[in-house]
Amino acid sequence: MSNTLFDKVWDAHVVRKIDGGPDVLFIDRHLIHEVTSPVAFLGLKNRGIGVLYPERTFATADHNTPTINQHLPVQDPLSANQLKTLEENTKTYGIKNYWGLGDYKNGIVHVIGPEFGITQPGATIVCGDSHTSTHGAFGAIAFGIGTSEVEMVLSSQCIMQPKPKSMRITINGSLGKGVVPKDVALFIISKLTTSGATGYFVEYAGEVFENMSMEGRMTVCNLSIEMGARGGMIAPDQTTFDYVQGREFSPKGADWDRAMAYWKTLKTEPNAVFDKELVFDGAEIEPMITYGTNPGMGMGISHHIPDAEQVEGGVATYEKSLGYMGFNEGDAMIGKKIDYVFVGSCTNGRIEDFRAFASLVKGKHKANDVTVWLVPGSHVVEKQIREEGILDVLTEAGFTLRQPGCSACLAMNDDKVPAGKIAVSTSNRNFEGRQGPGARTLLASPLVAAAAAVTGVVTDPRTLLQ
Amino acid sequence: MAYDSFNKLTSRAVPLPIENVDTDQIIPARFLKATERVGFGDNLFRDWRYHPDNTPKADFVLNDPTYSGSILVGGKNFGSGSSREHAAWAIYDYGFRCVVSSFFADIFRGNCLNIGVLPVQVSAGFLEKIFAAIFADPHTELEINLPAQTITLLATGEQESFDINSYKKENMLNGFDDIDYLINIKSNIQEFAKTLPL
Ligand code: SF4
Repeated sequence: MSNTLFDKVWDAHVVRKIDGGPDVLFIDRHLIHEVTSPVAFLGLKNRGIGVLYPERTFATADHNTPTINQHLPVQDPLSANQLKTLEENTKTYGIKNYWGLGDYKNGIVHVIGPEFGITQPGATIVCGDSHTSTHGAFGAIAFGIGTSEVEMVLSSQCIMQPKPKSMRITINGSLGKGVVPKDVALFIISKLTTSGATGYFVEYAGEVFENMSMEGRMTVCNLSIEMGARGGMIAPDQTTFDYVQGREFSPKGADWDRAMAYWKTLKTEPNAVFDKELVFDGAEIEPMITYGTNPGMGMGISHHIPDAEQVEGGVATYEKSLGYMGFNEGDAMIGKKIDYVFVGSCTNGRIEDFRAFASLVKGKHKANDVTVWLVPGSHVVEKQIREEGILDVLTEAGFTLRQPGCSACLAMNDDKVPAGKIAVSTSNRNFEGRQGPGARTLLASPLVAAAAAVTGVVTDPRTLLQ
Repeated sequence: MAYDSFNKLTSRAVPLPIENVDTDQIIPARFLKATERVGFGDNLFRDWRYHPDNTPKADFVLNDPTYSGSILVGGKNFGSGSSREHAAWAIYDYGFRCVVSSFFADIFRGNCLNIGVLPVQVSAGFLEKIFAAIFADPHTELEINLPAQTITLLATGEQESFDINSYKKENMLNGFDDIDYLINIKSNIQEFAKTLPL
């Protein structure tokens, strides 16, 4: 019986079930970018086949693009070649929805999907990027895939997936001062560990999520993958519908009414049973920060780094991790000197994140010895930053804005944190070398990033908020 | 891209007893700029394997001639993080055909199965035994038997069975991939597309 939100959407897309195998799942919308698609297109070429539904694929260049001087030719020949290959492939295979560097619609794939109404409730959405889970914020089933699967979707609009188990994470109550959606996500991951939801698809429920903006919901769903989940989703409600309505690819007129009638059915029934249920209280959550080399190694910012015995997993792995970070068991995070701040990525590169950052730095000044990269997720976000006067606040406080792209989230372009330096980042991964070889990453919210940017040390943002 | 079929594999194994090995470690992002699937094995575990000046780090297991083989044995939660299939390609291209761990991240596991690397999940206890056996004798061999779905420590005969769904197993045994299957049911897919709710 389809009685969870997930089941309803999944079951509506099963083309066939293979005995003892995966389901053949129809994919409504496929997002592609320059890094994980070229070999998939090469596969099509080698097989001599085309793209089955080119209008269902949307292409942007984001992972490997510079965030300054985007009007100039890309310097790195390998990056330039990848960008050119994407352009050529979309042309060859009739994919008209291609937004390359310099196009107003260009931006991080998981930021532009929702912005242009490509992301809709009840849809199945995949992309060769693990944070595709972002789109689950709309009540879509969205998850990251590998390049072989990109080739499957291009050639057949389907992938093979065993149906995941179901988990519901309910958080009721309200969030304290200075606690934002990123903290909620890092809190959940710290409770579940980085593998605690592997094999599951998560539904987030409860007052905390109901009261969240779409941007906040996207941040939470985005990070689902960091606890191993295939994806996360939130039932669509009026907040969702208001966001989707009127965007370029959103249904219009009679189609909108038909869509609304269907979307309103997309919720978990009261009698639904999940394979796993977890319940937390919003008041438990404080501003979070990570201290290790995976997103599960996070804690409330006022806490001290736990001893190896207190955490799950092997001592050797834990010590390797702290060794990489240059931290010791028992250290306080507050007061630790930092070198870089990165605000951006598909996790926290949306307008709400820049609003939050600006609200804290307003009237203060950037700390002298800190390098700060503020990278909007898209041109739309960049425009909003200008139009809302946020840029003025930032400029006055000594900050500059870069151009949209993934940037230091994965440091494929020149935005690399140097070896040994500590960066407070609003992105999603603190793995060894993720932000550049030898770089040390502290994951946190835009508010914690702002507090670090103006003080030069890890600082509890609650002490700076009026 | 079809791959070599997989049936039985008897080999020494390379031990990597670290947990949560993420795909950024397996292949760092800066090596993802290729537009073809070639040469990824050279950069497998790049930053664990080489110093910034590209000289090998002597203490990393892939640089230690004591250990070799086409089976990689990793700690719990192997392959977490980024969906990059390049991680599986790098493992395959380096010469591994099988990864053994007590737990795999989802996307990585799927990527491996799609390109012909067999992920073998064993119990935490058996994983410990495997590590101990390799460290005691680096020449110790493992046997992976896909038809029987077993993994055996040949020295002691200790064995565990592992899970794989029958469809994927059939694919691995024959070197088929999902795209062959999907292309064959194209007309069903097109019919189905007409019945979507929106
Ligand atoms: S911002 Fe980071 S996580 Fe998001 S799509 Fe880009 S690289 Fe992937």
